[in-house]
Amino acid sequence: MSTPEFAATAAAARTTTEAAVASRRRPSTATIYRWELLKLRAQKRTFLGLGAAVLVPAIFIVALAANGSGPEEVPFGRYVTETGLATPPVLLLFSSIWLFPLIVALVAGDIVANEDGNGTLKTILTRSADRHQIFLAKLLASFSYAIAALILFAGTGLLLGCLRYGLDPLTSLSGTPIEVGRGLLLLGAALLAYLLPVLTVASIALLLSTVTRNSAAAVVGTLMFSLILQIVGIISGLESIRPYLLSTQFDAWQGLLRDPIDWAPIARSLWVCALYAVPSLTAALLVFMRRDVTGG
Amino acid sequence: MAAVATAAPPIEARGLVKRYGELTAVDHVDLTVEAGSVYGYLGPNGAGKTTSLRMLLGLIRPDEGSARLFGHDPLEEGAAALDGVAGFVEAPRFYPYLSGRRNLELMAALDGGDAADRIDAALETVGLAGRDGDKVKGYSHGMKQRLGIGAALLRDPRLLLLDEPTTGLDPAGMRDMRELVRRLAADGITVLLSSHLMGEVEELCDRVAIVRSGRVIYEGELDALLHRASGQAQGWRLRTTDDQAAWDVCSYRPGLSDLTAGRDGLTFAADEREVAQLSLALARRDIAIVALVPAVASLEQLFFELTEGEEPA
Repeated sequence: MSTPEFAATAAAARTTTEAAVASRRRPSTATIYRWELLKLRAQKRTFLGLGAAVLVPAIFIVALAANGSGPEEVPFGRYVTETGLATPPVLLLFSSIWLFPLIVALVAGDIVANEDGNGTLKTILTRSADRHQIFLAKLLASFSYAIAALILFAGTGLLLGCLRYGLDPLTSLSGTPIEVGRGLLLLGAALLAYLLPVLTVASIALLLSTVTRNSAAAVVGTLMFSLILQIVGIISGLESIRPYLLSTQFDAWQGLLRDPIDWAPIARSLWVCALYAVPSLTAALLVFMRRDVTGG
Repeated sequence: MAAVATAAPPIEARGLVKRYGELTAVDHVDLTVEAGSVYGYLGPNGAGKTTSLRMLLGLIRPDEGSARLFGHDPLEEGAAALDGVAGFVEAPRFYPYLSGRRNLELMAALDGGDAADRIDAALETVGLAGRDGDKVKGYSHGMKQRLGIGAALLRDPRLLLLDEPTTGLDPAGMRDMRELVRRLAADGITVLLSSHLMGEVEELCDRVAIVRSGRVIYEGELDALLHRASGQAQGWRLRTTDDQAAWDVCSYRPGLSDLTAGRDGLTFAADEREVAQLSLALARRDIAIVALVPAVASLEQLFFELTEGEEPA
């Protein structure tokens, strides 16, 4: 190790930045967010989740081709062999129970806890970024990953569905035909509606990641929470609370594929998801801001 | 605010307390580190050194008291209070799935980007220039330690907090690390060095604080501590051509006390006048003195005396 080179560079830097030392340049939240994405890109679990988002639609299409007919008991199930436009809606129905909560929790449940466990949280918290910036960057990175996973999931389903069954008009839940162009548009809107509960699950996973400081506990906890709500949703006698369960909001997008469009479930999904997400994120931020960093 | 920042000492902690349930990890610690000082922070494992360092850096919230770096409180002012401050607590940690260089690029980005053009120099300084493309998961402990120093230097610090910086380094690495610390101190960087290696502290530090059970039990100049201890001991070591006969001479001299015999000769306590008389008495008995030296207490001895004795009330 030789010190003169660094000493010279540091000394030169010191003279030029002497004044700046008192108020060092701050990183922008966008910069920290970009690095959070880079970190995600370098981790295997990210590709595990994204891989599942590609693999499941592929398996579904292969099974469909082998079986010859679609799952008739679910909305759009009977149309999946008629048009590729019906594939993403059916996939969305199947994935809401455990697949998407799991895919989302894999990253959002890990994003703070992993840093705590590895001791890197202390490393980044002793640089020039404020805690709220780091939290915000992690939140945005988790959301970006969830959005990417959903786009991959629906995109793969649509692509493979269209390759296998063609791109023909879709029949709405009201039985009326929807032209391909409008169908794609509504499908995009349906994904946006589906994104609301997905991002809410990410928010809950982020809270658990911050509070438990344990990746496995946060991932499993998020999945358990999601499954419990699904179970509560099918218990008879609890019909009155069903519209307010997070699990129910995974079906809100179906209102867009009715004729005329039923906006009521979408509007309800907006505020019900906010009811889950806002307190979760507020609590996560408060805990993150005030927590003792003892890991590592 | 700028005036406060220039005048205030690099570290000023007052009445720091941290409790974990029944355990008081840090107990009313006062600490002032003046600019340009290389300050040793010593204590046995579990004494509260690392908790104190974490509080200084704003990683842990104290239950009582406050810590200021150049007059700024990290808990009140966030990252802005850490301007000009760098270092690491316990082992430096990095992203194992990124390369050493990528880790430093991330650190530079988190510092606002100014440090990006100092990455090469930092890697060169810590001897990792040839391994910067390797993922950190393949680094040895010593390499991670070096990378930690490199990451700290990127901040062009005026205050460096180093927690056991030579741990895990080979002898050459330890020597180089000490040389680096000495050089940085010569450049005017204030260093707070937490270490359990007494030789290292003796070699590098001009002032020390010794902590025990969360409390500072000694704080002051290192020289004063060593001087005080050697003055108290008045110990001597004696080797002669005939230690058995020398023992007989010593045991009859009233000015000598605490006489013991060991493999390396005799040890005893006496003042200088009595020692002079003893040397004459030995000569009269034809016993030649091979060595007669004052037994100066080492920092290590003092450390054990201070940290292993009875708990202060």
